[in-house]
Amino acid sequence: MSTVRFEAVTVTAPTLDGDVLILDRTDLTLTEPRIALIGANGSGKSTLARLVNGLVTATTGRVLVDGLDVAQEGREVRRRVGFVFTDPAAQLVMPTVLEDVALSLRRTHRDKAVRRTAALAMLAEFGLEELAARSVHSLSGGQRQLLALAGVLATGPDVLVADEPTTLLDLANSRRIGDLLLGLAQQLVLVTHDLELAARCDRVLVVDQGRVVHDGPAAGAVAHYRSTA
Amino acid sequence: MRGQLLGDHRPGTTWLHRLPAGTKLLGLLVVGIVVVAVRGPVSALGFLALALGLVAWSGMGIRLALAALRGILLVAALLAAWQAWQHGWGRAVEAVGDLLALVLLATVLTVTTPVDEVLDVITRVLQPLRRLGVNPEAVALAFSLAVRAIPTTIAIADETRDAALARGLERDPRARLTPLVIRVVAHARATGDALQARGIGDDER
Ligand SMILES: Nc1ncnc2c1ncn2[C@@H]1O[C@H](COP(=O)(O)OP(=O)(O)O)[C@@H](O)[C@H]1O
Ligand SMILES: [Mg+2]
Repeated sequence: MSTVRFEAVTVTAPTLDGDVLILDRTDLTLTEPRIALIGANGSGKSTLARLVNGLVTATTGRVLVDGLDVAQEGREVRRRVGFVFTDPAAQLVMPTVLEDVALSLRRTHRDKAVRRTAALAMLAEFGLEELAARSVHSLSGGQRQLLALAGVLATGPDVLVADEPTTLLDLANSRRIGDLLLGLAQQLVLVTHDLELAARCDRVLVVDQGRVVHDGPAAGAVAHYRSTA
Repeated sequence: MRGQLLGDHRPGTTWLHRLPAGTKLLGLLVVGIVVVAVRGPVSALGFLALALGLVAWSGMGIRLALAALRGILLVAALLAAWQAWQHGWGRAVEAVGDLLALVLLATVLTVTTPVDEVLDVITRVLQPLRRLGVNPEAVALAFSLAVRAIPTTIAIADETRDAALARGLERDPRARLTPLVIRVVAHARATGDALQARGIGDDER
């Protein structure tokens, strides 16, 4: 497993009425295979998650992934950290299913025929091979999120950060994606409102108003969140 | 599915499908120049017939062709009216015939050619410009994103129109335009984030 470290990290954002504090001073060391972030809307979960791969940069302090400073070595860090977003529509950038996965493989597979074979193999792993030639617009929500996940895992990350990946899905699809995420070999940092999913993680952080207010095994953390929500 | 201009490859086995992407792009460029350079309504109708022939040959079907034309129908109608008023019917037929022929030809190209191949051609053609600081991979990716953005924007526009309709505001341009612009920009930002998160662009720098 990788080690994700937050060292005295704060995040502020400029607004019309001056800077607002989005993340209060936070120190964390994440080494567990499956870590969940739970908390109310606007509590700061996405900000925490986005810090891990540099989509949000720390105002003060630093974030390290396996000793690499995200602010200094963003490129190396992004090779290790994959990110899945809530809305799969924004993550799919190529017209067809196969081409979208192939795009992720452009760096590692220069030869086009080899890249195509590798992309097809990746699709087969996710049960999407039948859809290879389909337009990404014609997919269902569940299929799109599955494809987005395949596209990210095709880059070969060690850590996967997922920001509410099941929020837009129906029950069957969110179960399917949830099971898949928890079964991955990669280290997982999962932002979720699905407390059953969070309860299956090794460590759960409860975020409230820009602070981690509870941090520990799933049972205690979920109970804490339920009692304060 | 609503009409979408370009950006939708349909796999097939026709000769048009098997032709190299570079040849097709070059062909489109040459025919495009010829269509614009040769004047007169008769030749415009000839080009349109040629384009329709290629549409039939590509096997894309009349529905897809009509869907492609739907996007420019309003422009074509305005153009026809203006030309007919200013210069007479001959010019109107020429302008609209040329326009429809070009859109159909471009659609034949996108329908019969995977975007991946078009990107490779663009990358190859732009290689000599590398010395001038142009990054061919970045240009190719930008091209693909632009093509990809067309159907997304149409879908968002349809949704915003429906939302305005649901509130009885379909005649209020603000109710239709403001959310459309905000959502298109938000979508562009989210796509940027997703590209960055997949490390795409990191290597092309
Ligand atoms: N760029 C920004 N500018 C101003 N406020 C922001 C910005 N990004 C996030 N916020 C605010 O910070 C808070 C935490 O946001 P976020 O991390 O997205 O929360 P969560 O994911 O838990 O819903 C919210 O109140 C949000 O409005
Ligand atoms: Mg969030």
